[in-house]
Amino acid sequence: MGLKEKLHNFKEENKDKKWLPVFSAFHTFLYMPNDTTHRGTHIKAADDLKRTMNMVVLALIPALIFGMFNTGFQHYKAIGEAVDFLSWDSLSIGLIQVLPLVIVSYVVGLGVEFIFAIIKGHEVEEGYLVTGMLVPLIVPVDIPLWMLTVAVIFGVVIGKEVFGGTGMNILNPALTIRAFLFFSYPTWMSGDKVWVHGAVDRANEIIEGSNLDAISGETILGGLAQGNPVSHSISDMFFGFIPGSVGETSTFLILLAAIFLIYTKIGSWRIMVSAVLGALVMGLIFNGVIEAGILTEGSKFYALMSTEYWHHLLIGGLAFGIVFMATDPVTASQTNKGKWIYGFLIGFISIMIRVFNPAYPEGVMLAILLMNVFAPTIDHYVVQGNIKRRLKRNKVKKV
Amino acid sequence: MSKDIRIKKGLDIKLIGDAAQTTTELLVSGIYVIKPDNFHGIIPKIVAKVGAEVKAGDTLFYDKSDSRILFASPVSGKIEEIVRGERRKVLAIKILADSKQEHINFGTQKASEMSSEEVKAKLLSSGCWPFVKQRPYDVVANPNQAPKAIFISGYDSAPLAADCDYVLNGKEDLLQEALTALAKLTKGKVHVSISESSKKSPFTNLKDVEIHKLFGPHPIGNVSTQIGQIDPINKGEVVWVVNPQDLLVIGELFLSGKFNIKRTIALAGSQFAKPSYVTVYPGMTIKNIISDNLNNDDTRIISGNVLSGTQVSLEGNLGYYDNQITAIPEGNDYELFGWTKPVFNKISPTRSLTFSWLNKKKKYDLNTNTNGEHRAFVVTGFYEKVFPLDIYPMQLLKSCMYQDLDEMEALGMYEVAPEDFALTEFVCISKQPHQEIIRKGLDLMLKEIG
Repeated sequence: MGLKEKLHNFKEENKDKKWLPVFSAFHTFLYMPNDTTHRGTHIKAADDLKRTMNMVVLALIPALIFGMFNTGFQHYKAIGEAVDFLSWDSLSIGLIQVLPLVIVSYVVGLGVEFIFAIIKGHEVEEGYLVTGMLVPLIVPVDIPLWMLTVAVIFGVVIGKEVFGGTGMNILNPALTIRAFLFFSYPTWMSGDKVWVHGAVDRANEIIEGSNLDAISGETILGGLAQGNPVSHSISDMFFGFIPGSVGETSTFLILLAAIFLIYTKIGSWRIMVSAVLGALVMGLIFNGVIEAGILTEGSKFYALMSTEYWHHLLIGGLAFGIVFMATDPVTASQTNKGKWIYGFLIGFISIMIRVFNPAYPEGVMLAILLMNVFAPTIDHYVVQGNIKRRLKRNKVKKV
Repeated sequence: MSKDIRIKKGLDIKLIGDAAQTTTELLVSGIYVIKPDNFHGIIPKIVAKVGAEVKAGDTLFYDKSDSRILFASPVSGKIEEIVRGERRKVLAIKILADSKQEHINFGTQKASEMSSEEVKAKLLSSGCWPFVKQRPYDVVANPNQAPKAIFISGYDSAPLAADCDYVLNGKEDLLQEALTALAKLTKGKVHVSISESSKKSPFTNLKDVEIHKLFGPHPIGNVSTQIGQIDPINKGEVVWVVNPQDLLVIGELFLSGKFNIKRTIALAGSQFAKPSYVTVYPGMTIKNIISDNLNNDDTRIISGNVLSGTQVSLEGNLGYYDNQITAIPEGNDYELFGWTKPVFNKISPTRSLTFSWLNKKKKYDLNTNTNGEHRAFVVTGFYEKVFPLDIYPMQLLKSCMYQDLDEMEALGMYEVAPEDFALTEFVCISKQPHQEIIRKGLDLMLKEIG
């Protein structure tokens, strides 16, 4: 008797057990189930939710691997030691720092999912496969693991399960987790220390009296918000050799992922294109304000406002947010027209928050969460258009 | 004035096993089964008595809500059994067919010489009325309402469908008589649609109708698609729909006075050794129709097409409205890493390591595996690509699920039938039962609004 039959018999024997969803979660990863159609269409297309989610995870992997190298690279750069980007030195730091984040994110998040599946008696849903990969990529690399654990539990329970699980949530779970961290532990989520591995430890050592140089752990955005000039080249910013959250730095790899997601038809190109447009428009408006001389160099908004409009796409988490978070189908607008409006506003508001909130110069998280809340409203008005057309057709006939 | 109907949204599902254009005439034999459930929404009042002899056209039961709507025996023979289920609900009426068929004579009179009321009365009294179905709700038409138009789709675009041109070939006189009769029933027009690729459609030269040409993929052959483009249904309006093969029955009723529902059906699908056409009476036992034509036993037999048909066993029977039997492989096996490995032998709306987009002309041997588990609605934008009506499909489905009648009405529920949601159900990544959701929604509306 082969493995296939053994697992099948095990499933049949334990059909009425409460823990069966946990077994099924692993079983269905090994074997696609033997379920057949009964009513409705007798044949089904090849795609299911696992395959769909898997495509997004695949698209994230290059950013994850790049993030590992970059973690080590930025660390050595900050302490003044020169190592190659693609070196074992870089990668080893990355592995030690980033892998635990990935493991904690998946183990804790899936653990919560399993518990809810057992309590509520449904199958374990695939939504967390993507969330679990997104979370380690959008946090500072030195975040303490217990904080991440607390945040993941909060995000999955409050952000998703209380609404009914995958497909029912209003806010993007990964961003809910990040927002929780941001508002609960702001010193670990912003400022000029947290974005490079080792900077916080070094700062603490200095406070304790050790005679070492401080490590700068500042992002480009953080620097701009303080009015400091950008010290990185455009190509560094594009390819991602800059400090930042683990996976957000390489606009190049994110662009490749975007092309992959659009090509496979998994990601919505409407949202991506319109969000980029929105960001560019807002950036141009700010550039215009500077050119018109309304704000002068003395203003605290000057540095960010005068940043050339298209540079905004290369720095911070904007590109990552647009490609992987704004396109989350559950929390985005569901109508095609709505997607254009939703995406545009995300880009537009991201840059606005970025410029006007120097204490926390990253607007994409809040912009997406805000638009998550408004997505149903946008859809409502788009669908109303269809309803009105139908009513009008009826009236025209009656007259 | 005729109008071309063009759609871009949709999907032609190409399957192996098209029926070859040869027809075998099957002898009348064995048990014929009529299931009241084939006529959705009808509550049967049984007239037939076990042991009684009936002729083809004799009433078996009528509709409790309108006793004029009669349902007739397809064959002559002896009533063997009336099968009842829970709460004595009638599940099936079994008739053992005589070897020699006798038909009741309802009298011959040309439809062109009859009034609207006379035509209607004749259709009702002969048991032909159930062939007239209505939109909204996709049920047997209510004879008290006046339809604003009557629609006939002369082209079936569903996978492996019977070729209307072949099946109706040479029967123009019957079609013309039926269409003349139907034209009396409406103040509006009788619309007939044919495929643009049709070279010899029997409808081409008929009178009293408006012919439309169809361009585009499935569901171009669905009546809802055509109604939506020609004359959409508004609140309070009714249109009637008749299947082309049933026009032959109506035509024969007027020309020869007989109730003869013999029809040519397609046997199609990869599991048939010889996919071809046969002539049968509806209700015939499947075993007697397909006898030794099947390749192997692990087969899904469907009365109807793969998208909207009903699963039947060999002991089951051909559905009253169905004009094809499809046989495809069952898919009741596990597939190692089936959720992630590249897929070449299945159709997919995406390119997520699925490669059906490479060759649009390739024919597939799809089985009945669901290819994944049932989930809540997650992804968006795929339904719209295969749904040509000016309706938001997911929003309408959701309004049916939370049973908001006002919203269902506003979103276009009057314009749809379950079959219109077959393609969205096929591509659904969450494997939701769309057609069932819509059917329940329509039933709820019919009950609450009427």
